[in-house]
Amino acid sequence: MSAAPDLPLWAAILVSFFVVTGALVTLIGSIGLWRLPDFYARLHAPSLGATLGTGAMLVGSIICFSVLQQRPLIHEVLIGLFVTITTPVTLMLLASASLYRDRVEGNDAAPKEDPAPTEP
Amino acid sequence: MSVAILGWSITLAQVLLTLAMGCAALRFIRGPRAQDRIIGLDTFYVNAMLLLVTLGIRSGTTLYFEAALVIGLLGFVGTVALAKFLMRGEVIE
Repeated sequence: MSAAPDLPLWAAILVSFFVVTGALVTLIGSIGLWRLPDFYARLHAPSLGATLGTGAMLVGSIICFSVLQQRPLIHEVLIGLFVTITTPVTLMLLASASLYRDRVEGNDAAPKEDPAPTEP
Repeated sequence: MSVAILGWSITLAQVLLTLAMGCAALRFIRGPRAQDRIIGLDTFYVNAMLLLVTLGIRSGTTLYFEAALVIGLLGFVGTVALAKFLMRGEVIE
């Protein structure tokens, strides 16, 4: 059950810290997705896992592989970059789709019109 | 010693991520409306990607990295397509 690469002690503690922190933050975000009352509140929760959770997990992975292969190995940055770019896009598309649906159906989940622009 | 620390903390992280996937799946099954189901699916994808990253750390090979990257890409494309479908009723206009 506890098969793992043989790292030095400091690297093992560091990687463990980052991995457990990332998993915990992701779990908190998903519990928020499950528990929050309505859709517009739920939309905020999973981004916790997509930013801090993914970031901590990938930092742990970078440390692990850099120590294992004894050279800087940062290809996990690709995943981090990609998730950072795509999460706001998906959530904004989903929020605007939901706003459109709520307005067309005329239920009270969304405000009837956009707030007036404020003067700069 | 360090193998035990790393192994057990990766196991703990995998259990936590599995619970997170359970919460997302619950929202996917329950979700009162279609947009709730889609955001549950999106969260499910991200959690599965992180689970693959922990598997990669445990095995010590970079094999799982490509799988995690592909899951991230396909999750983004799927969620955008579903959101566009909710918005317009068709994916490609």
